[in-house]
Amino acid sequence: MFKILEKKELAPKIKLFKIYAPEIAKKAQPGQFIILRVQREGERIPLTIADYNREKGTITFVFQEVGRTTKQLGKFNEGDEIPDVLGPLGRPAEIENFGKVVCIGVGVFAAPMALQAKAFKEKGNYVIGVNIARRNDLIVFEDEFKAVCDEFYISTDDGSRGYQGIEFLKEILERGVDRVVVFGLVPVQKQICELTKPYGVKTVVDLMPIMVDGMGMCGTCRVTVGGETKFACVDGPEFDGHQVDFDELERRRRMYTAEEKIASMMYEKFGGCKIE
Amino acid sequence: MKSLEDAKLSKQDRFKAVPMPKQPPEVRIRNFNEVALGYTEEQAIKEAERCLQCPEPKCVLGCPVGIDIPAFIKLLREGKFREAIRKIKEKNNLPAICGRVCPQETQCQMNCVLGKRGDPVSIGRLERFLADWEREHGVEIPEKPPSTGKRVAVIGSGPAGLTAAADLARLGHEVVIFEALHEPGGVLMYGIPEFRLPKRIVQAEVDYVKKLGVTIKTNSVIGRLFTIPELLKDEGFDAVFIGTGAGLPRFLRVPGENLCGIYSANEFLIRVNLMKGYMFPKWDTPIRVGRKVAVIGGGNVAMDAARCSLRLGAEEVHIVYRRSRAEMPARKEEVENAEEEGIIFDFLANPVAFHGDEYGWLRQMECVRMRLTEPDESGRRRPVPIEGSNFFMDVDTVVIAIGQTPNPLIQQTTPGLAVSKRGTIIVDENMQTSIEGVYAGGDVVTGAATVISAMGAGKKAANSIHKYIMNKK
Repeated sequence: MFKILEKKELAPKIKLFKIYAPEIAKKAQPGQFIILRVQREGERIPLTIADYNREKGTITFVFQEVGRTTKQLGKFNEGDEIPDVLGPLGRPAEIENFGKVVCIGVGVFAAPMALQAKAFKEKGNYVIGVNIARRNDLIVFEDEFKAVCDEFYISTDDGSRGYQGIEFLKEILERGVDRVVVFGLVPVQKQICELTKPYGVKTVVDLMPIMVDGMGMCGTCRVTVGGETKFACVDGPEFDGHQVDFDELERRRRMYTAEEKIASMMYEKFGGCKIE
Repeated sequence: MKSLEDAKLSKQDRFKAVPMPKQPPEVRIRNFNEVALGYTEEQAIKEAERCLQCPEPKCVLGCPVGIDIPAFIKLLREGKFREAIRKIKEKNNLPAICGRVCPQETQCQMNCVLGKRGDPVSIGRLERFLADWEREHGVEIPEKPPSTGKRVAVIGSGPAGLTAAADLARLGHEVVIFEALHEPGGVLMYGIPEFRLPKRIVQAEVDYVKKLGVTIKTNSVIGRLFTIPELLKDEGFDAVFIGTGAGLPRFLRVPGENLCGIYSANEFLIRVNLMKGYMFPKWDTPIRVGRKVAVIGGGNVAMDAARCSLRLGAEEVHIVYRRSRAEMPARKEEVENAEEEGIIFDFLANPVAFHGDEYGWLRQMECVRMRLTEPDESGRRRPVPIEGSNFFMDVDTVVIAIGQTPNPLIQQTTPGLAVSKRGTIIVDENMQTSIEGVYAGGDVVTGAATVISAMGAGKKAANSIHKYIMNKK
């Protein structure tokens, strides 16, 4: 059991949990993820680690309430315990001194991006942070993210704050950068990769497809990278974004949309109670 | 030894096995309950009466853990069930499982003298009867031996790990099992379906191992949470046993394999068995099975996936196997069960491509006909494609069950651990790896094999580990 030490609502339906998981905290590195379950009947869902404290034995993650499991997770409170947390999983992100690095965190993914931006900074990189959200009120982790960047930009889809859309990234790319890192949902990762491609700058993406075991057993998370099948859980989650077949990835991510809707609806209707 | 003439049994009774009561096929394909219902006391005794009690029993030679088979059968037919199960447990800590999933026809029962003229004694069914009897009448926990003060880490809680852990605990060592999944049991939980091995049986056997004093830590993936050198150096273990199985799915590597609707057998079975996908939405993990399903492969895993598909509502389920019936590695009983249930077998065919619709969902499977040539290194005749024989099958769901290889995580995170080209861990005759104090056994050493051979390996390794830690320093 994993006790929740801190719970914060960062934005509507976006929550931060800090949990006590000393063994995971001891080993966690930027780019890695955990898999958790919220109940005995629960599904296994992956969440990227947004922070860790080795001394205090804590890990932090941020999630958006979109499906059945995240909705139930959102109802957990400080002091409650999460039954199953497995990690740290996946290969750690490649953090070296590349020079100028653009760190793009979209929506809830701004949280784990902030952790990685910090690691890039510590390696001596010039870090350009970009925090993208749909609307102004959905921007999360701004202060933490900004604090570890040399330059910091905000963009919203509707233009309610900062730049509108991603076109402005071209100005940054034209100045010449050495690496772009993108955390976000598949469609925006795809758009950004298409945008950076003409500049010839290495663009890495963190992929979170549907997973079950998270350690290479099932192949649910398989993704085509450079024409080869890879498992996001063990070969990734970080991949060269210019090699990823995003369309296939997005189709596979939607494989259970109908079932997800049913489960989510049943949960909303009957709450945590089980239908016997 | 009683001669046939003065035996009480008629010839027909002597050579004919007492049939196993089963759920009728038309009923069982609608549920996930166990197919084989088990012998009653009368049936078990009647079957046990058939045993000739050979002075030089051949059956024992076929048992990977060396159970004294004639002795337990003799006790059984005398009605001494408690003593009989004790006799089995001298060698096998998990009889309820072995009685259900061992391939007896190629092991103990293959050697039974009666088999020359009729049915061999149903040793597996008798073992199962006794294990079930004990579970209902109270499981005996052997007295805890004095502690040796030695600590052993066991990685993986499948058949190899559970067996090694149980044996080591019974020798007085402190044992901690590290299990990566949220439930202990390994392949017994995630792989073998409920209707063949009910999960409450696995849980009962796991509880037995815990009662022997073994600690099981779930959600602990070795290689990430701790490495093996850390277990030995920082965590204070005197030895390590690796029983991580063969958990990495093999794919066909043909075009279209990543279409939606194509599962590895591992994904399919994990969703169904471990995550209880058949109870969705009462349980949270979904599984989607279409009208027409093709399962690729001819082993037990393929049979399990095919029979699960049927129970999940598929109308037509095919097993597509590249060799012929004779080469199928599946347990005979499971093939018979699958056939009774209406699974269609397509032999000498192999997929070469999968075709989907514009949404990326599987619609068609393209196969090629195969023919068999000379035997390969496995002793089975090697299949080769017949050129120009391509044909198409309309399918909604495909499950690829062509084998598993060991998960490489431990191999990658343990410097100095010798690994074969196939990814299996290399061990010596004592099951020790290339690193002193680190032992391995089961599928991670042999590649995907059987539950009982993994148990045999766990047993052997436990023995070696015991000698090693008691003589250390």
